[in-house]
Amino acid sequence: MKFIDEFRDPGHARALVRDIGATLERLGATAERPVQIMEVCGGHTHAIFRYALKDLLPASLEFVHGPGCPVCVLPMGRVDDCIAIARQPGVIFTTFGDAMRVPGSAMSLLQARAEGADVRMVYSPLDALAIARANPGREVVFFGLGFETTMPSTALTVLEAERQGVANFSLFCNHITITPTLRALLDTPDLNIDGFIGPGHVAMVIGSEPFDFIARDYGRPVVVSGFEPNDILQSLWMILRQLERGEAAVESQYARLVRPGGNPAALEAIARVFEAREFFEWRGLGSIDASGVRMREAYARFDAERRFAMPNLAVTDPAECQCGEVLKGLIKPSQCRVFGGRCRPETPLGALMVSSEGACAAYYQYARPDAEAAA
Amino acid sequence: MCLGIPGRIESISDASAKLAVVDVLGVRREVNIACVAPDGGPLEDCVGSWVLVHVGFAMSRIDEEEARLTLELLHALGEAQAEAAALREGARA
Ligand code: SF4
Repeated sequence: MKFIDEFRDPGHARALVRDIGATLERLGATAERPVQIMEVCGGHTHAIFRYALKDLLPASLEFVHGPGCPVCVLPMGRVDDCIAIARQPGVIFTTFGDAMRVPGSAMSLLQARAEGADVRMVYSPLDALAIARANPGREVVFFGLGFETTMPSTALTVLEAERQGVANFSLFCNHITITPTLRALLDTPDLNIDGFIGPGHVAMVIGSEPFDFIARDYGRPVVVSGFEPNDILQSLWMILRQLERGEAAVESQYARLVRPGGNPAALEAIARVFEAREFFEWRGLGSIDASGVRMREAYARFDAERRFAMPNLAVTDPAECQCGEVLKGLIKPSQCRVFGGRCRPETPLGALMVSSEGACAAYYQYARPDAEAAA
Repeated sequence: MCLGIPGRIESISDASAKLAVVDVLGVRREVNIACVAPDGGPLEDCVGSWVLVHVGFAMSRIDEEEARLTLELLHALGEAQAEAAALREGARA
């Protein structure tokens, strides 16, 4: 498997782990006072657990799992909106599989489907457009969510719908942008993070420059990273090297995919279809200014938000949920009072337990012994 | 959801919709290549390139030279450590 196996070479991993250990020692890090690195992206969270990187690394390095799982930060009210659209007569509601089990205030999309709504999982927004072409008598809505990684694909799908003149297709836009949220996080007074593993696939679209403020204004190193185990280890090694030298800069470990200015064609599609919202509500983090996008007036006819009635209510999370504290890195998932009890992957209370990219689900699936020890 | 998988563009299947057939781990799938298409140039120029495929879209070309450089750096790190280990062994002997 080209470009996959090469970045899983165990020899390279061993060399990196040794160098990381030596650097941590020179930095004076200990298990009690570890260096804390936040991986922003849920894809990295997933890889860290899947390859058990924590077990390879000394206890003087700790991962803090960041807010970069779009399914996990989706507020309940938005799920309720999805269900309200899906239940309208004649609607086919299409979504990525990840969003199916996210709990709304009364039910998930999966439960709505069991109760008769026509909810379909698709691999690509283009598949949703194909469903619209095949069902001209129905209204097909695609649930667009995700960071800049998925934004170009939904933007291009809307542009295709326009080009092909597909009138029965619309997008329920819940796309979010990561940088305002990182800024809000960095402004948290009790935040204790020494460096960041930057989201490689977001950077592939927007470039690495939008992360400059983290180094410049907050003095934290950022290394934009790939998703294979050795990519992540090398990024850690690069962050530690910066810490050792007392530097803070944005570096890229993922030059095979990330260009400094990002992908111009993707950025152009995003800019044509979307504009910033004044604010967007994140589950567990609250409302963050300019952290979401909506569709521009010019594409109003493809905008599900304007075409369908929906409750559009802010619904607060159940009081016992501690998702917000986990997202800020203040507690570990296993320290949440309902972790593994009333909140488990089969019956998630919080969104972090839903997606395989969510910190709680990853903890539950891969780190049970550890979790049990902490309980 | 935010992960992608490398694939190789095999042929252009629908130029007006910017669709190409991409081989992803031996499976052929139609993928939109608007984001990796050459500026103004013919789509055929993409054939043979490695790309990262994400939710049905080729999101970026994989720069094979950069991939090689990263791997070389990792390799050099491993070798330097093997050498340092040998040195330590030698000093002990
Ligand atoms: S265990 Fe459940 S409620 Fe607690 S933080 Fe995790 S997802 Fe949220």
